[in-house]
Amino acid sequence: MTDNSLSDAPPPAGTIVSIRNVSKRFAGGVTAVDDISFDIAQNEFFALLGPSGCGKTTLLRMISGLETPTSGQILIDGQDMSLTPPNKRPTNMVFQSYAVFPHMTVADNVAYGLRVTGVAEDETKRRVGEALEMVKLSHLAQRKPDQMSGGQRQRVALARALVKRPKVLLLDEPLSALDAKLRDDMRMELTRLQETVGITFIIVTHDQDEALSMATRIAVMDKGAVQQIATPSELYEHPRSRFVADFIGKVNLIEGRVVGKKANAVILDVPSIGKMEMATKDIVGETAAIAVRPEKLKITKAEPKDAKLVKVKVAIRDVAYYGDTSDVVASLPDGQDLYVTVQNESRDGGSGVERGAKVWMSWEPKDSLLLTE
Amino acid sequence: MEDWKTNRSVFWTLATPGTFWLVLFFLVPLAFLFVLSFSDKAIIDGQMSINDYDYFTGISNYLRSLNSDIISIFMRTIWWSFLATLACLLIAYPIAFGICFAPEKWRPLLLMLIVLPFWINLLIRTYALIAVLRTQGVINSALGFAGLGPFEILGTSFAVIFGLVYVYMPFMVLPLYATIERLDKSFLEASLDLGGTQFQTFRNITLPLTMPGIVTGVVLVFIPCLGTFLTSELLGGTSSWMIGNVIQNQFGPANDWPFGSALSLLLMYATFGVLALRSLLQRNSKGVDV
Repeated sequence: MTDNSLSDAPPPAGTIVSIRNVSKRFAGGVTAVDDISFDIAQNEFFALLGPSGCGKTTLLRMISGLETPTSGQILIDGQDMSLTPPNKRPTNMVFQSYAVFPHMTVADNVAYGLRVTGVAEDETKRRVGEALEMVKLSHLAQRKPDQMSGGQRQRVALARALVKRPKVLLLDEPLSALDAKLRDDMRMELTRLQETVGITFIIVTHDQDEALSMATRIAVMDKGAVQQIATPSELYEHPRSRFVADFIGKVNLIEGRVVGKKANAVILDVPSIGKMEMATKDIVGETAAIAVRPEKLKITKAEPKDAKLVKVKVAIRDVAYYGDTSDVVASLPDGQDLYVTVQNESRDGGSGVERGAKVWMSWEPKDSLLLTE
Repeated sequence: MEDWKTNRSVFWTLATPGTFWLVLFFLVPLAFLFVLSFSDKAIIDGQMSINDYDYFTGISNYLRSLNSDIISIFMRTIWWSFLATLACLLIAYPIAFGICFAPEKWRPLLLMLIVLPFWINLLIRTYALIAVLRTQGVINSALGFAGLGPFEILGTSFAVIFGLVYVYMPFMVLPLYATIERLDKSFLEASLDLGGTQFQTFRNITLPLTMPGIVTGVVLVFIPCLGTFLTSELLGGTSSWMIGNVIQNQFGPANDWPFGSALSLLLMYATFGVLALRSLLQRNSKGVDV
């Protein structure tokens, strides 16, 4: 059975990869992947995001067939892959180390997957030419990998996988070994390629910026389990749990105690702020956290008049000036530090706040979230 | 590393002991052998006057080497060395692979087992091998239980090649292990992922990428095999002489140092041939260091 309870939106029609109750336990008792189920749709740019050791790479390797699940099933295009070795699967992988064969030219590397499966030589030549064209490496076809930069080798690895016309392209941390400038170029390049070839991409990354900027949907993983599957903006604005909120971007988590319940809301007692009402549909336990992003917080010298706002008097502990914005650290009366991003809209005095100042901090309740997990 | 030209005093300080050693104990004796190979036993023994020394005397030792017996021993030496090297390679490759894929804590122990025979004197090991191979030996006893044999193994060419494989196996395993251990497993995974079968992956990826270890191992086994005399002396019969036995005989019982020198140098030239082949492979190795 497919369990999509962690997914906010059902996947678009046409499932290509179906992961069903998949677990992987390594010798020595380490559970890398713990009973994961979800579907990936045709043409998605799907990201597996999580800290190192969360099981995302193991899951990717199980889709490719390089790793076998301890239990559960993986279906690709409706076919159970349990007994299919990697060389017979309609998936291809771009390895983190690129794994470009050092003893072959670029053209031979790209042709390798076609030659071993017996594609005719003239068709191989044509397709290799097209693939190299696509990654803009035609002029380097006769080069050896050791004469190429990391970015170029990555393109070889991409062309070598795409030339096979897989149903699913798997990318293991494709940008992690590139320097910052190249990473931005490659990020756009990958998005462009995915739109051009119309193949499902599954990318593994630990970098939330990468996932947010490229993926159409993201599965956030932690400790071998999927925490949430959603689109980038849903993940950012509506995280399900403290972990997801904290992992995706910067967030302030203010813990409180539930003191009363209403039909579609709870009353929360927050030590520094007092009692406040938070809208929620879920049944809430004893404690809950208010999550609010740094850019949703406002700082004013005078107490805000608007009665709707949540407001609290804070002390500015630190200000980091970045030109367009400043990052401000403000302390609540109970000592907890909150992070505030301030737009420097006027020229005088930067953000208008300075270290040690006592100011008012406020936010609109609709810009904050109640997290119970 | 600094260029030696930028710091000559350091270079010469470090290079002098080695240079001194090489010149005194390698080049000088070699030059002595070279001169001796153009000499004649009769002149050394005083049975022939130095005045009779002519062009023909100078190359007479080399002309004697063209004797059909010597040539057939030479050919046999090369053939047996080739067979022993091939057997070493075929046996050592799976062993080296096995060690590389063994659990990490087992690897030092397995490597030590490979190196262990080095700690025991070659002569003792060879005598032990006689105990294994002789008619009442371990192998024939085992075969006897199966109702086979006994076979006459000692004194045959099989015994000599068996001995060579036994003695030189570690020289093949160690370089192979070093290369396979460095081999990035993701190359093999990439080949499988791209549709290659296990066999195609071995032939197209594993074999070319481990070629440096293969070539080093082959050179390290083949060259000492060429110069062997102890193994063939003890395990083979009189009909199993290798060129090393002939040379040893010239410097020993036959007491014909000039002829022995000529044979030694010919053997050395054969070795150069092997090394030239290695360089040729290196040039054609397509970016993989050999």
